[in-house]
Amino acid sequence: MKILEVMELEKNFGGIKAVDNISFFIEEGEVFGIIGPNGAGKTTLFNLISGIYTPDKGKIFFKGKDITDIPPYMLPHFGISRTFQNMRLFGSLTVLENILPAIMVKNSYNIFQAIFRTGSYLDMEKDAYNRACELIEFFGLTEKMEYSASSLSYGEQRRLELARALATEPTLILIDEPGAGMNPKEIWDLALMIKAIKEKFSLTIAIIEHQMNLIMNISDRIMVMDFGEEIMTGTPQEVKKDKRVIEAYLGEELD
Amino acid sequence: MRFFRESKQFIIVMFILYVVLKILFISGMASPYIQQIIQYAIIIALASLGLNIIYGFTGQFSLGHAAFYGIGAYTSAYITKMFGIDNIFSYIPVLMLCGIISGLIGFLIGIPILKLKDDFLAIATLGFGTLVRVFFDNSDKITDVLGGSRGFVGIPKITNLDLVLVVFAFIVIITRYMIKSRFGLFWRCIKEDELAATSIGINTANMKLMAFTYGCMLAGCGGAFYANLYSFLHPSNFDILRSIDFLIIVIIGGMGNITGTIYASIIWVGFIEGLRIVLPSEIMDLRWVVIPVLLICIMMWRPYGIMVKKPR
Repeated sequence: MKILEVMELEKNFGGIKAVDNISFFIEEGEVFGIIGPNGAGKTTLFNLISGIYTPDKGKIFFKGKDITDIPPYMLPHFGISRTFQNMRLFGSLTVLENILPAIMVKNSYNIFQAIFRTGSYLDMEKDAYNRACELIEFFGLTEKMEYSASSLSYGEQRRLELARALATEPTLILIDEPGAGMNPKEIWDLALMIKAIKEKFSLTIAIIEHQMNLIMNISDRIMVMDFGEEIMTGTPQEVKKDKRVIEAYLGEELD
Repeated sequence: MRFFRESKQFIIVMFILYVVLKILFISGMASPYIQQIIQYAIIIALASLGLNIIYGFTGQFSLGHAAFYGIGAYTSAYITKMFGIDNIFSYIPVLMLCGIISGLIGFLIGIPILKLKDDFLAIATLGFGTLVRVFFDNSDKITDVLGGSRGFVGIPKITNLDLVLVVFAFIVIITRYMIKSRFGLFWRCIKEDELAATSIGINTANMKLMAFTYGCMLAGCGGAFYANLYSFLHPSNFDILRSIDFLIIVIIGGMGNITGTIYASIIWVGFIEGLRIVLPSEIMDLRWVVIPVLLICIMMWRPYGIMVKKPR
């Protein structure tokens, strides 16, 4: 089943075509990689899907429903979640406080229940707390639970952002360059982590990444972009062999 | 009831404070002037708490807080004078109404202007503040009772320590519970990073509006108390300088720190009024040298507010 379908998407920034007539789909349960040189329009594409930008043309369907004009805050409620290229954590909030709001957006208690501290309010708070603890434990951050997010190491912050994105219980998660600034060992751990969360949370993943070994390792299919256009889409093996991709991105071999 | 049980400590502290103040008031150890100042400090704390919700917790920079304080004050002054309200029991509904009217105006203004961020929002709220001030200045053209630039006179004196302290304690408890709940968490998320808050499903527009409305409600309640404490209102009490007073209190007390705001209000009112008593009248204007110097010292000593030793 196609979980996400993008049709003829277009976005211009003052004459520059950041995304130019892109169409693709993502199958449920697959890992869909997106690669391309800097400025190819990958992040713009994510911003279009997650509603931060509105496209100039084209449609986006999620599980058959048109989500093109949905306000961005609604997407987690549909089941789409994302992370950011330059990590946007709530820096001075603790690890726990970073996760809790993502869980509690779906809680139903209202302000009066909160003020009068009714039983159902306390139950819901407790549930959210327990779920947050589970997530934090899964990402190995239990010891840092009461630390502020900005005091964590880079790798921990990356994991925290992933945990926060998962706290909204998504079915599709858009991950934007999780491996930026990581060493090969960390990249390897990240690949394992992504595979693990995919199984545990039965996710569909769309991922932007520059690290070839990471993306080739985890992706089922890869789309290659350049200058806002799709160059090709195919399995990692097909992508590696394709002439146009090599020219645009991987670089030619010296002989 | 859980509402009271979970704030036992705070209620006990407020009760002791009440008893101490009451003894001071009745025994005559505090002159009527001092009594007025003590009540005034609590009123300022109430309104500052509102700004702390808007700015300290949610990060929406407002330079128009005094306008909402003024709306509450003029509303209460008008109603109590026109309907001849003079006892506490008929005053309580008026107080609520003043809060609701201020909140409602905040809500309506908030819908368009809360789309703006930081400096742009500051300018927009400044504009609204000026507009309200001009409205008060010319209010005698609508009905003569409001007094325009001559000031609103003859407002019944209703505010007393019992009422102010009880309402204040009540509102602090409510505010604390709001901050502890998911709504408070959402506000803090918005302050940290609005885009990230959106990305986890927080309806940021609604949440900002909620914080702004609530903050304006508290300002309105404070204003109402103020009107019925001093029995005289003048438009100049509600201009940009007053808004800046609130801002200073929030910053001294610490962004997003309820206890700090309360202390800062007491310190602020205490110094401005206290120096009036301490300093001989010839050098009274030295207040405006002493206070800024003091502000600079506080900001160097505790840049994150008097309650916070070090940033986390």
